Amino acid sequence: MTLTEKILAKAAGRTHVDAGETVWVNVDILMTHDVCGPPTIGIFKREFGENARVWDKNKVVIIPDHYIFTNDKYANRNIDILRAFAADQDLPHYYDVGTERYKGVCHVAMPEEGFTRPGDVLFGTDSHTCTAGAFGQFATGIGNTDAGFILGTGKLWVKVPETMKFIFEGEIPPYIMAKDLILQIIGDIGVDGATYRAMEFAGDGVMNMDMEGRMTLTNMVIEGGGKNGVIEPDEVTFDYVRKRTDYDFTPLYNDPNPKYHSVRRYKSADLQPMVAKPHSPDNKATVTEVRGTRLTRAYIGSCTGGKISDFEAAAKIIKGHQVGVETYVVPATTLVREQLKTTYYDGETLWNIFVQAGAHMGEASCAACLGGPSDTFGRLQHEEICISTTNRNFPGRMGSKKAQVYLASPYTVAASAITGKITDPREYLPVEENVSA
Amino acid sequence: MNKTIKGKAFVVGNDIDTDQIIPAEHLVYSLDDPEERQFYGRYALSGVPEKESGLPQGGIPFTPQDKFRSEYKVIIGGKNFGCGSSREHAPFSLQEAGAEAVVATGYARIFYRNAVDGGFIIPYESHDDLVGSISTGDEVEIDGELNIIKNHTTGKSFPLKKLGDVIDIVEAGGIFKYAAKHGMI
Repeated sequence: MTLTEKILAKAAGRTHVDAGETVWVNVDILMTHDVCGPPTIGIFKREFGENARVWDKNKVVIIPDHYIFTNDKYANRNIDILRAFAADQDLPHYYDVGTERYKGVCHVAMPEEGFTRPGDVLFGTDSHTCTAGAFGQFATGIGNTDAGFILGTGKLWVKVPETMKFIFEGEIPPYIMAKDLILQIIGDIGVDGATYRAMEFAGDGVMNMDMEGRMTLTNMVIEGGGKNGVIEPDEVTFDYVRKRTDYDFTPLYNDPNPKYHSVRRYKSADLQPMVAKPHSPDNKATVTEVRGTRLTRAYIGSCTGGKISDFEAAAKIIKGHQVGVETYVVPATTLVREQLKTTYYDGETLWNIFVQAGAHMGEASCAACLGGPSDTFGRLQHEEICISTTNRNFPGRMGSKKAQVYLASPYTVAASAITGKITDPREYLPVEENVSA
Repeated sequence: MNKTIKGKAFVVGNDIDTDQIIPAEHLVYSLDDPEERQFYGRYALSGVPEKESGLPQGGIPFTPQDKFRSEYKVIIGGKNFGCGSSREHAPFSLQEAGAEAVVATGYARIFYRNAVDGGFIIPYESHDDLVGSISTGDEVEIDGELNIIKNHTTGKSFPLKKLGDVIDIVEAGGIFKYAAKHGMI
């Protein structure tokens, strides 16, 4: 069996499952947020009764993150609904807005808080829940009805996916980031290339990445249509998780020579800085091919591009320069925002590097990655041409249908922010990082 | 599946993502409040770029912006319908607008699952891409027993794939009704 099949077999109480069969699994964690939490709660109450209790309060995690810093009355009401439910159900894992517990983007907060555990099953009411697969967890997005069902029963049916394996051989060149790898893959397989399947990432190019790099890969499997992304856990994984939870997890691994849907190999040294052109994540081009494209906006943030390592990368390029277009910096979580002020590059904090470059600094949340209410920080309101570290560029994704969005790595976005046009990061990286190993 | 769905078709293209089905700024309305939930019907498919909205002509809104209900009952799409986010508001908004089925060559899996488990709309798969064979406004009829869609405007019929594994949940009307029927809850 593959790693994904083994996790689902364990969760189904079986010794073996085959890809394609439908099984009922026990859920280890259910995560929800402010957009899908309120309707999930509504369905839970409708189906199980006003006074029903959740199946296990220690397994429910509620992280408001989408529409937080807005005056939209409906959005604010949604937070009130979460707050009342968490209080009523006495939920220990609720991260309330306006308190010290507030986190920000759920997919980055989940690992920070120790909920991404090897061998476990996580469902979340958000398509980028697949991010947690970087930890060797089965993690996938679901809708409100399924989440309401889990709240009452702790179970869900799931079709066991086949696995597509993506192997990166050799050391990743220093000007290449995890985002370049996943944009290359999605460009190769298309936005429905992995529909109903698991995507596994492997090879020394992947296993030499830290957890944040690995999360960038698994985060975007949904942009390839994938059900879940997965990476075999190792000491890097265990070290990260054990620092954040005492939970007694049981890591699982691929059996020797399991049956894969397909195996695709890449030579890491051949990789190029990539973009996804408007209006689809599979509309790939190398930065060289679109170099010089005029921009009006740069955006660094989100679950895939707003982690501390993303800002370290961007700061390395931006330090000492002024941005040439409006540039928005949005840390994924409150912890990342703190880290911006305590992490130094070349004698200066990342925070100061961005401020001195003229960037707009935002609060931790999903912000303009998905557009949101009209007063959302960084939202594209008109015909902007934006380069962004986020994960989607479908029409209207970051606000206006008239805007155009290019997706790229933090290196490429930072270099492009300086010049105001799409720019190869190799033009700005320090010399020692500019040479491929 | 013993069900017939008859009405006007609304045609869109490939990769219709959930931001096009219901733009993120509209995800704030209550799904429980009868007054508010109507807005999901008003804004259903409002994120589709104008020239691709209502093919082949384009420029046709699925729901007029002064109304809550659409005149179209069947949505015709190409590949990867419903890709993007996990928002269940997407199939819900189509149902709220009055649609009963989507016919596409393929679906993103979360949308498909939400449509089925919530009992909102029936996601049929067609063997061939019907985007060029059916025009917005055509009168169509889906025969759930024979698994065909007839275009009464042109007189042509096209085969649909059987619903397969999920047919029991579709027939029950969603995952809760299915689970209740099988003594699971």
